Order: sequence, then structure tokens, then C-alpha cells
Amino acid sequence: MRIALPQEALDATDRLLINRLQDGLPLTHAPFAPVASEAGISEAEVVDRITRLREIGAITRFGPFLDAEAMGGAFCLCAMAVPRDRFDEVMTLVNAHPEVAHNYERQHKLNMWFVLACERPEQITDAAKQIERETGLKLLLFPKLKEFFIGFRVEA
Amino acid sequence: MTLDATDRRILKATASGLPLTPHPFEEVGRWLVLPENEVIARMATMQEDGVIRRVALAPNHYALGLAANGMSVWDLDDTVAETLGAEVGALPFVSHCYLRPRALPDWPYNLFAMLHGHTRDEVEAKRAEVAALLGPAARGHDILYSTRILKKSGMRLAGEG
Repeated sequence: MRIALPQEALDATDRLLINRLQDGLPLTHAPFAPVASEAGISEAEVVDRITRLREIGAITRFGPFLDAEAMGGAFCLCAMAVPRDRFDEVMTLVNAHPEVAHNYERQHKLNMWFVLACERPEQITDAAKQIERETGLKLLLFPKLKEFFIGFRVEA
Repeated sequence: MTLDATDRRILKATASGLPLTPHPFEEVGRWLVLPENEVIARMATMQEDGVIRRVALAPNHYALGLAANGMSVWDLDDTVAETLGAEVGALPFVSHCYLRPRALPDWPYNLFAMLHGHTRDEVEAKRAEVAALLGPAARGHDILYSTRILKKSGMRLAGEG
């Protein structure tokens, strides 16, 4: 979704939940209890609000974020220059691969950028080759050499 | 760490999201016929080992008004790339920052830093700040604005689990 939600779609409590829950949920019997008490609402209401935030598209995911590398796997950023008139067709082919964790259209000659997340490093090469075969387009691979500290959070 | 079959069942069951109930781990346990405390203990171990980075919410930047999202890319001299990359990554408005190999001749850039703002002007101002920080060490740069999310599903585990 590219359209911003109207300001009034989120109240102060929704914003608090979005800001707090980006940092992570405790792994406990009642993981919503701390944020519920901070917001002054019940845990059931926290859950109802998250459900609604998902429905209106304010959040894209709620759950565990996995690190493929810690599992012995790998991530790889990939880019392709897709001809305009083939964009939707290529997008469908690329997105059909379960290894494609996310995919963005960008304004550049290299207009399709996606991340392959695989459990074993050699699966990156396999998936990349298969996508090249299916699309007939050249794939540029940008594996990460180093990741720098990430402290950024979106302020809702 | 090596995941066993039960760990993998937990990750697969929650790959598209945690059940939205006040006791989500109890619910996952119900799905998998596991006691809640085992679900929690296994997820905690996976989090300590870094397999699970965190259990959290991912906001939709666009929906929250951060309509301008640019991947700024920089061609840094290899001898200073790590030092300067760390400085760029520490900027409060940089959400992700990576060193990656170049793909010459198509692509001369080795530092990738994601910049977000409500408008492109806001992002361009941040890009100028990065440029000022890097100075002449940046031999060239560009920015690629995202125009559409084509897929965002997170990592999925293949096969039966």
C-alpha cells in the first residue's frame, strides 16, 4: 500500500503500540501485559487493536523475525533491470519463489530489488539461477559483507 | 545453532504471524500439541542464539506517512569503507546500512544506507547530511526511491517441519 492512512485512523494508543511493539515482545504467558499496562488498556484490547492495525494496513507483520544466517543460511539482495512492458510478468515469476522474502520496485534502470532468504547458502545461487532462467534476465547479486548497527525505529 | 524438528515446527507455524490472542504462545502450543512453556523455552533459546532476532511488529512505512523511502548508495574507497560505513549506520535516520560488493561495470556502489521521510525533500536533506559526513571519500552516489512494495512476507522455511 502506498497511500498514507489519514491522521485520524490512528489514535494515541495505536501509535504507542506501534512504537513499543517494534522493539519486541517478551516471551511470556502474557506478552502483551507490559504494553497494556503502559497504555492503560486490557490485553484483550491490545490484541484487538493489533488485529485492526493489520486490517487497515498500518502494520505489515506481527511475529518472529528470523535471521537466516544464524540458522546457517543466508540473505542476498538481488537486483534486475526489468523492461517496463514485462514488469508484471517478471514480478509474478519472482514473487512465486518462497525464497523471495521481500521485493520492491525502485526508480532506476535496476528497477526490481528483492531479498532471497535461504536456509543454506548454496540455495541462494540455485534460486538466483532459476530466476534468471525463468525470466531470461540478468540478476545482480549483492550479498552483505558487513552490517552496521541498526537503532532506527519508525515513529508512528 | 542447529534447529531440531520441533524448533522448525514452531518457526513454520508462526512464519506468517503470531496468533493474535492475549496468550499467543499457549495458542501455538495448542496448534502443535506442545506445552506452552516448551514453546516459550524453545523460542527463548532461538532468540538467545540469534535465530529469532525479535518477536515484534513491522510497521508499514507508507501507511504511516513515511511515503519517501530511498536506498542511498555510495562508492567508497575500500580502505575507508568500514570506518565510514559504521559512522553512516550510526546516524539516527538510517534504518539499514550495509557494505556489499560492487557489480562492475553495472554498479559501482559498495555502501547501502536506507533513508526514510515523509517527503522526498526530507530524504534529500538526509542524503545531503550523509554526503557531508563522507566528503571526498564518496567518489559517487545515487539514490533509488521505492515506488511499490511488490512482496513482503519475511523468511519462510522450506519443506516439512
